[in-house]
Amino acid sequence: MILAATSLVYSIGTSLLQLVLLTLGAPVLLGVMDKLRARAEGRRGASVLQPLRDIRKLMSKQRLRAHFSSAVLPVAPIVLLVATVVAIAIAPLASTQPLLAPSADIYVIVYLLLTGSIALALAGLDAGTAFGGMGSSRAMTISALAEPALLVAVLALSIQAGTSNVPTIISRTLANPTMLSSPTRLLALVAILIVVIAETGRIPVDNPSTHLELTMIHEAMILEYSGADLGLVSIASAMRLGLLFALVANLFVPWGIATDTSIGGLAMGVVWLAVKTSVIGVGVSFMEVHRAKLRLFRVPELLAGGFVLSILAVVTGLVTR
Amino acid sequence: MNSSSYIAALEISGGAVLVFALLTLWRRDVKANVRMLRLQGVSLACVAGVLALHQHDLGLAVTAVLVLSVKGFVAPELLHRVVRRDPRSRETAPLVNVPASLVTAAALIVISYAVSTKIIALAPSPPTRLVPIGVATILVGYFMLVTRRRAVSQIIGLLLVDNGIALVTFLLTAGVPLIVELGASLDVLLVVVVLQVLLANMRERLGTTDLDQLRELRD
Repeated sequence: MILAATSLVYSIGTSLLQLVLLTLGAPVLLGVMDKLRARAEGRRGASVLQPLRDIRKLMSKQRLRAHFSSAVLPVAPIVLLVATVVAIAIAPLASTQPLLAPSADIYVIVYLLLTGSIALALAGLDAGTAFGGMGSSRAMTISALAEPALLVAVLALSIQAGTSNVPTIISRTLANPTMLSSPTRLLALVAILIVVIAETGRIPVDNPSTHLELTMIHEAMILEYSGADLGLVSIASAMRLGLLFALVANLFVPWGIATDTSIGGLAMGVVWLAVKTSVIGVGVSFMEVHRAKLRLFRVPELLAGGFVLSILAVVTGLVTR
Repeated sequence: MNSSSYIAALEISGGAVLVFALLTLWRRDVKANVRMLRLQGVSLACVAGVLALHQHDLGLAVTAVLVLSVKGFVAPELLHRVVRRDPRSRETAPLVNVPASLVTAAALIVISYAVSTKIIALAPSPPTRLVPIGVATILVGYFMLVTRRRAVSQIIGLLLVDNGIALVTFLLTAGVPLIVELGASLDVLLVVVVLQVLLANMRERLGTTDLDQLRELRD
């Protein structure tokens, strides 16, 4: 009874810790990525805390709503934020035992994130402006193409580990590290990285720092938002990026995550999480400096490549089982 | 070499052969395709090398070196020269667009898995389990052969088929006699050389290597 109570307290503590960590850490991660990009381009760049300051500033500003917009516009950022918060609370980021770990199925996390995307796409359509609709249609096209690649890659991971529960996949991988060097895992990693890049709107797919109407996707969708609503969307997008990077890190380099219920292990888990996520962020911003954005009509080629790699991951998973 | 690292090395090098085949389908740039073909030849040689190390088979080791030199260096180098001399055919002109061909490749992979399960069931062992990957490489090569217009891309498709056949041979028979492998490798080399001459002639007379335009007889 006491044991159950302690583990419950530990789980709640872990979930809260993960939430606080990502709420504050994800914008800093974005800041670090922007800073690296600026330095590589020969600029000084803003402080790494700039995204946090921007969000704080936006939160204190007045909301402006477009004429003829419905209730979707104010509700969408809340849906996006709540879905992301729930996903972060149940995902194994710093420890394999967050709250509701048994239900932290990989499909649940994927669909929680998708719920947020759909809310945002509806919000883009809501005000009836040309840019919003264009952004939503582009974002949904890319999501629809990324979806099969992601689900099949996730299927490959679950075939290999024998379960689709993320904490169990991670602990089984820790118990049997040869799983990491198998072609199934490597191919699934490439496919998932392509999807994560597409879903977070980073460079080969979307350029987060541009407002050029011909190319923007995410920025076009949230053009109608201002003030606190824009702040909510920004923080939720940052947390989503942090969550996806952290999940990729933990699925493919699981070492360092806390598996027992000690405070020291959890502290190490937090440190390792920060290190691994920053490494992925550095890699992504390095790629952003050296790669050009793909033409929109070439994006399906990239995602089809991800899809075929994930199919290959499933087949190799089946033959080498 | 202990058993688990042997299996891991075999799986990774075998998987790399198919991944490079898919990458040739993905890239439009013919130069990049030749580079992928070279890397595929190297991974094929790795498969042979890993098998040779595991079975302590000298013949297989010699085959691995042969494959590395012919498929990893000589044949791609010859193709590279062809591409360099013909700047107009730098981009492939596929009949089927890239996303559709990648989805077809996914279907071909599933088909090759479905047809190979019975072969695997005859003698399940780590090498034979990878046979679907070889079969899929052959099918992707054939697909490339029938959907590309330029002669260079078709040669690349032919070489993909050949690499796939070689992979299946290594995995199923665990070492064909050296003389057979020697004959097959030299055959491929001969094909590439003949096609190179043929291409040079075509370009000289017709000014293009687009095979779709070869429809009428000319004096």
